[in-house]
Amino acid sequence: MSGKTLYDKIFDAHVVHEAEDGTCLLYIDRHLVHEVTSPQAFEGLRMTGRTVRAPDKTIAVPDHNVPTTEGRENPENMTEDSRIQVAALDQNARDFGIHYYPVSDVRQGIVHIVGPEQGWTLPGMTVVCGDSHTATHGAFGALAHGIGTSEVEHVLATQTLIQKKSKNMKVEITGKLAPGVTAKDITLSVIGATGTAGGTGYVIEYCGEAIRDLSMEGRMTVCNMAIEGGARAGLIAPDEKTFAYVQGRPHAPKGAQWEAALAWWKTLFSDDDAHWDKVVTIRGEDIAPVVTWGTSPEDVLPITATVPAPDSFKGGKVGAAQRSLDYMGLEPGQKLTDIAIDTVFIGSCTNGRIEDLRAAAAIVKGKKVAVKRAMVVPGSGLVRAQAEEEGLADIFRDAGFEWRLAGCSMCLAMNPDQLQPGERCAATSNRNFEGRQGRGGRTHLMSPAMAAAAALTGHLTDVRDLM
Amino acid sequence: MDKFTTLTGIAAPMPLVNIDTDMIIPKQFLKTIKRSGLGVNLFDEMRYDQDGNEIPDFVLNKPQYREAQILVAGDNFGCGSSREHAPWALLDFGIRCVISTSFADIFYNNCFKNGILPITLPQEQVDILMSDAEKGANARITVDLESQTVTASDGQTFAFELDSFKKHCLLNGLDDIGLTLEKAAAIDSFEVTAQQARPWV
Repeated sequence: MSGKTLYDKIFDAHVVHEAEDGTCLLYIDRHLVHEVTSPQAFEGLRMTGRTVRAPDKTIAVPDHNVPTTEGRENPENMTEDSRIQVAALDQNARDFGIHYYPVSDVRQGIVHIVGPEQGWTLPGMTVVCGDSHTATHGAFGALAHGIGTSEVEHVLATQTLIQKKSKNMKVEITGKLAPGVTAKDITLSVIGATGTAGGTGYVIEYCGEAIRDLSMEGRMTVCNMAIEGGARAGLIAPDEKTFAYVQGRPHAPKGAQWEAALAWWKTLFSDDDAHWDKVVTIRGEDIAPVVTWGTSPEDVLPITATVPAPDSFKGGKVGAAQRSLDYMGLEPGQKLTDIAIDTVFIGSCTNGRIEDLRAAAAIVKGKKVAVKRAMVVPGSGLVRAQAEEEGLADIFRDAGFEWRLAGCSMCLAMNPDQLQPGERCAATSNRNFEGRQGRGGRTHLMSPAMAAAAALTGHLTDVRDLM
Repeated sequence: MDKFTTLTGIAAPMPLVNIDTDMIIPKQFLKTIKRSGLGVNLFDEMRYDQDGNEIPDFVLNKPQYREAQILVAGDNFGCGSSREHAPWALLDFGIRCVISTSFADIFYNNCFKNGILPITLPQEQVDILMSDAEKGANARITVDLESQTVTASDGQTFAFELDSFKKHCLLNGLDDIGLTLEKAAAIDSFEVTAQQARPWV
């Protein structure tokens, strides 16, 4: 019998019941909740007279709708529908007695940044949230994935999820990254290589020297976009960096429990003889700073490339690429570095952590923005406070960036931070779909350093030219 | 949840690949706290212009597809955001079945919670159904969940694979939560054991 993968080990440790056909009831250790995908789930509980089974394992924070401008604690500064949704979360958190970080709390932020920051996310856990970017938490060696609202209700009521085991996929990034290449370039390059459906049916474990070399922040960036490659979840085996990040956080174990936890966490790795259903290997040295040119996260190219011709693709992608170019207002053969940018957005659960802000500030320091609008939206109130302490906020403000409060903001534009039709944005977020950042808005995805470079030059730019 | 047994209906063709849930229901409609009423905004930015007028070329605006109950779509349908508003909007419009070569994982699961049947078939079979769909009401497609078959307008029948538990729930319109709560004793006992093994959780 072959050994187990990390995914196998975590999955097996959480099986409550397995039916003959392999359908499992999986126990959920942490349930994160935000305001957009939960109101119907809580309403379902009320209608059926059910309650939250494990309120202590349930953590809620509003993030999608909240304005990122000053004065937002005043509900009058929110649109009516946003206000209703945030008020519903307030009420549900109170009524059902779950942990809650309201807008007025400095710890508020994007749910996937708050979870790790507060020590809710720990290695070996099962973590779910009604949000596809729950994959982020896989950076800790936690099995974490997004669920729909019906499943949110199911987890609230039963603390379990009905699951079939996914297949195992290994994505190995060997060697070292070149200067100017970051975790975002890794994760985008993997999607570029495998496609947005390449991971469908799999849980991905990212490994290899280039992954081990990443900080926890970088690992979260990599796992965050596992969903963009179609995978159920992304995982990275926990190591000393993971343990160091977790230790001392408010909800991390302490004393004897810390030692016990650590002993188990150190067993969480894929065995040498584990079976992999699919293996993808990419040389770290081959990864360049990349940007997306189209309207799918798989539309990835090195910044040194040109806009591709639709007929260079096959099958249904030919039409999709033509549609993308029409939407994006681009011509085949155009140099990517010639594409002019109107707006720069630095933030999101992909790249709204302190390391991301440091990387962007290092490029921006002492210079001025050359775009119409540039904004930095820290991923949490605590990231924001730390960035202010480190002087990063001043660097951004001096350069002409707006320095915002924490939230999802222009990643999905549910709050007032939106693109206008035809407006083109260099974004550190995760999706370049049509209309994602506002109807008619055009999104190019990239790393924080690359977005900062675009802000300074007014066009897509190879950050290595500014280093 | 409504049961799904058999369905004979008009299929709308949407050959575009990678139709994401942002396209199916854009974010501005996620601010609802209800599940109903989203059908009018299904595919909103493809279906209406900036002033809210229908775009006549969009498939669901064409007279022959206004009553469509089936979508035949390109690869990787439903990718992106986990929003269950996507199947809610499809259902509210009247779509009970989506046929494609592949679906994104979360969207696929969400369909079954809402009485929608997503069917995965090989490319050549999807192509045949796509050409039926292009004929509108002149080429109705029949789906039979019990026998796990799709029948094209010329009588060709294609078998599809489906998880037995999902099939059972859909055929009988079962509530997952009710089923799981029947295993409450197993959950209780798991919690006791887990508390001893991993007390820090």
